[in-house]
Amino acid sequence: MTGSIATYFEYPFVRYAIIVGMLIALCSSLFGVTLVLKRFSFIGDGLSHVAFGALAVASVINLTNQMILVLPITVGCAILMLRAGQNTRIRGDAMVAMVSVGALAFGYLIMNLFSTSTNLSGDVCTTLFGSTSILTLTSEDVLLSAILSVAVVAVFIIFYNKIFAVTFDEGFAKATGTNAGGYNLLIAVVISVVIVVAMNLVGSLLISALVVFPALSAMRICRSFKGVTVFSAVLSVSCAFAGMITSIVAGTPVGATIVMVDIAAFLVCFVTGLAARR
Amino acid sequence: MALISVSNVSLGYDAGIIAKDINLEINNGDYLCIVGENGSGKSTFIKTLLGFQRPLSGKVIFGEGLRKNEIGYLPQQTSVQKDFPASVWEIVLSGCQARAGLRPFYNSDEKKMARENMKRMNVEEFAGRCYRQLSGGQQQRVLLARALCASRSLLILDEPVSGLDPKATADMYEAIKKLNDEGVTIIMISHDVNAAVRFATHILHMRSNPVFLTKEEYKNSDLGKCYLAVEP
Ligand SMILES: Nc1ncnc2c1ncn2[C@@H]1O[C@H](COP(=O)(O)OP(=O)(O)OP(=O)(O)O)[C@@H](O)[C@H]1O
Ligand SMILES: [Mg+2]
Repeated sequence: MTGSIATYFEYPFVRYAIIVGMLIALCSSLFGVTLVLKRFSFIGDGLSHVAFGALAVASVINLTNQMILVLPITVGCAILMLRAGQNTRIRGDAMVAMVSVGALAFGYLIMNLFSTSTNLSGDVCTTLFGSTSILTLTSEDVLLSAILSVAVVAVFIIFYNKIFAVTFDEGFAKATGTNAGGYNLLIAVVISVVIVVAMNLVGSLLISALVVFPALSAMRICRSFKGVTVFSAVLSVSCAFAGMITSIVAGTPVGATIVMVDIAAFLVCFVTGLAARR
Repeated sequence: MALISVSNVSLGYDAGIIAKDINLEINNGDYLCIVGENGSGKSTFIKTLLGFQRPLSGKVIFGEGLRKNEIGYLPQQTSVQKDFPASVWEIVLSGCQARAGLRPFYNSDEKKMARENMKRMNVEEFAGRCYRQLSGGQQQRVLLARALCASRSLLILDEPVSGLDPKATADMYEAIKKLNDEGVTIIMISHDVNAAVRFATHILHMRSNPVFLTKEEYKNSDLGKCYLAVEP
């Protein structure tokens, strides 16, 4: 078995795909902590459905580079949802549900009506659950994902202390002159970039798992924000790596496999956390 | 010139006016205590001072020498903080956020300041501990240390002693009094009218037509006598 993995690694595109997968796992986990703590996990979920709708439109009008359409639409919706979520919790929730289900239905509908593809259900399935194999990623996908991931990580590091302040106590941050609204916006924009990028790897339905599970696992174990951030990043990258290797060897769909590994890791952290608390 | 002057301010939300015609001046070194019943608009007044919301009418003017990012604030606790995994050190240090401006990381001066303020509030032994595992009183002291990092000149405290036992309450009042003696201007909301008249220099009694008096005037006013008599 190790022999067959080694054979795979001889191909450069396998190595690139795995590197990109790990980068995506890294940047989705970084902002996961903030999303979970700000009770924004549902926004991530809603956004991925919006991204699906946008992707459907892009593929129907035959855009060669779909990101040009998908990214701005998702970012726009992220800003919209954040605004709604800030006013009153319930209206924000309802708003996200409406937008996300609406986008999902709309996307599927126009794919059905206008798609010229011969394998419609296969296309839909790929967009929802990710490519069956990361090896079908094109080299442009790989490059773009890598650039965006690096940008996300850079933004996170530069604004790390700001993000902490705004996540922990928005009122205090505002009172002391931190532009909390601005940073919330930044977080929303970066989240939508993460979601669009991660869609390549795990598909739009499974992104939330990639964002939320490492953060939840880390929160079982670690006591400081830095600890949680570092732990969830390391965990997410390792799970993605293990998931991708498994999926190559066992021929399982890559997105679902990674999520399964994430869930397993969460269970381990959950039990460890309980034991440590005794 | 006064540190903060509030003239003819009316407070409220869309639903209507809660309190009207608030006039007061806060000078350097003052200790203003805001008292009043639940829902009388105390927190709303503070949010207006901080600029979170605009007064329905009237003006809040900040004097020279007080920039927006020189206010230390201790909020009435929000639910987000309760299960937030953050160490005490990280929280206190985040008080230096405004000072750091756009610089991404804290410098050694800011770290030193955080350490000093932890010492001042007697929480340095908890530095590595998780905030959510501290007791309510310890948590309040941590948040006060954070507020001190944000400002040496003005602290705004929204019910700093709520949920504390009598001993912790007394300690907290002592700590705040000590800061005031060191020259920090204090604006504090409290339900404890007796403590208010003991420590404060001025009282704002919040109701639909709020009353602003010095401590002595308040003690001798009918309103003050009435409220002080209710307490044991
Ligand atoms: N965001 C809001 N929108 C509309 N009305 C509000 C809002 N926040 C508070 N109120 C109302 O304004 C009034 C004053 O509220 P505020 O929080 O200022 O009271 P408080 O004096 O701080 O009370 P407590 O002692 O319980 O903290 C209350 O009647 C409350 O219902
Ligand atoms: Mg209040």
